[in-house]
Amino acid sequence: MTRPTGRRSLAAVGTLLAALALVVCACGANADAGGERSRELSVFAAASLTDAFTQLGDRFTAAHPGVTVTFNFAGSNDLVTQLRQGAPADVLATADTRSMEVAGDLVDEPLAFAGNKLAVAVAPGNPEGIGGLADLARADLKVVLAAPEVPAGKYAEEALAKAGVSVAPVSLEVSVKGVVTKVSLGEADAGVVYVTDVAAAGEKLDGIAIADDHNVLATYPLAALVANAHPDDARAFIDFVLSPEGQQVLADHGFLPAP
Amino acid sequence: MNSRRRQAVERGTGGPPLRDGDHTGGPAGGRSRETAGGLAVVAGDAIAPPPRPEPPPWSAPAPATTRAARRGDERAPLGFVPLAAVAVAFLTLPLVALLVRAPWGSLPGDLTAPGVLAALRLSLICSVGALGLSLLFGVPLAWLLARVPFRGRNLVRALVLLPMVLPPVVGGVALLLAFGRNGIAGQWLDSLAGVTLPFTTLGAMLAETFVAMPFLVITVEAGIRAMDRRYEDAAATLGAGRWRTFRLVTLPLIAPALAAGGALCWARALGEFGATITFAGNLPGSTQTMPLAVYLALQNNPDAAITLSLVMLAISLAVLVGLRSHWFPSR
Repeated sequence: MTRPTGRRSLAAVGTLLAALALVVCACGANADAGGERSRELSVFAAASLTDAFTQLGDRFTAAHPGVTVTFNFAGSNDLVTQLRQGAPADVLATADTRSMEVAGDLVDEPLAFAGNKLAVAVAPGNPEGIGGLADLARADLKVVLAAPEVPAGKYAEEALAKAGVSVAPVSLEVSVKGVVTKVSLGEADAGVVYVTDVAAAGEKLDGIAIADDHNVLATYPLAALVANAHPDDARAFIDFVLSPEGQQVLADHGFLPAP
Repeated sequence: MNSRRRQAVERGTGGPPLRDGDHTGGPAGGRSRETAGGLAVVAGDAIAPPPRPEPPPWSAPAPATTRAARRGDERAPLGFVPLAAVAVAFLTLPLVALLVRAPWGSLPGDLTAPGVLAALRLSLICSVGALGLSLLFGVPLAWLLARVPFRGRNLVRALVLLPMVLPPVVGGVALLLAFGRNGIAGQWLDSLAGVTLPFTTLGAMLAETFVAMPFLVITVEAGIRAMDRRYEDAAATLGAGRWRTFRLVTLPLIAPALAAGGALCWARALGEFGATITFAGNLPGSTQTMPLAVYLALQNNPDAAITLSLVMLAISLAVLVGLRSHWFPSR
């Protein structure tokens, strides 16, 4: 009695897979057809640039008909690893100068296009009354930092050292977005993130400023890949990011001017 | 599926011959025996149980003879050998690449780096704990799903298997929403019992259990469905109670499925990354398991990451091969 049902559901699954395959093929065909008319610029960008660069990409496409921008957003280190292993890209934008240095001979001369700094992320309304970095040493607080292996964690470590604060974090997240998640879900009381993360989180987080003499200014560089397929478009995209319009988009998302 | 699983049961224990009625279902029972394609079969075959020390009087001939006798007439359908070879190459080539690219020179240094042993120890504790929890709660669940035709059984089964298709990171967020400090159940745990699970070793264990238990349940359920119930009936007519029948008859008969499901469950727990990082976080010594350590090492020091991965591979291989040779001392 159960077996016919099993066969029928197997058939259903098969139909579903076939339909899925069709859809995928259709999409692929569309992309191919489009590729003949418009060129595709591949931009590898740090995860913290997701919102800002998506908007930049739309504006760029509007200003340059015939060019579509596809993004690959990931941690800066991951991006460089992917490029080292031969991933095709035209432009690379990282969240720190160190990963750009690691990219080394793969890229042309990098240009600084934005800056970022740290803030303390707390629950909306700051229920724990956290006033700044020094409060993170309080024993009654659950504090989450990014791991020192990723840029945000390295910067947080530097800032805490400058402020002379020693923190016993409950977790060292593998990306700064993990810190944002833990604080916005209320699992942690505070975390050290970028000011742009606070801006992107909207009402889910409040940001407490960190004094400038303790804060760390992160520099975001971008560069064209040496072996890129669309050098002119890559150049145009970089110019657009550095243009007043591009800089305004970045500022809207909480980024600072390049230091 | 059923006939394959039945075959695993049959092979492993040298168990009872199949009932005639059971042959009607699968696409030619004999064929599926030859091809042995399913995951569970592979696992069940590799990690079949030991022959019972004292085989019950009704048990069939020893497994070795059955297998040897059968091997002679196993001829694969046309094309299966090259297809299988592609599968093997696809699955093993990345592992070979890890071995080829491994920085053997810096291996001792990478292995003794601070935190590596702690991560390894924690990985073993959490994965074995997850296996224990899965066995404790998953086997009764599998039995109920296989045996008791209650209303909504298919729905329950689908819900229980859902974590298998859920992206683990989403699973981690779901766990936070349920058992986090502000979670649906977690806020009561916090206020009534003073227990908070996120950022604790227990939390890491639970995250791994959430992701791994379905593998045990699905495998064991199939094993229970495939076994010959007449042995249980016989035990019952001889006066054995339900619990005694389960312990002395059912458990030995489903041992291959239990071993296969257990191995799958443990292996999944050992490699678990997404749900653990999301639910339990990452703190060396308390929640940083090997996969998390590997991921972080990958950020700055890919060589160290390869080394750590090799350690995990070696341990998994040692456990799986060890289990296998324990059950098949002759092979």
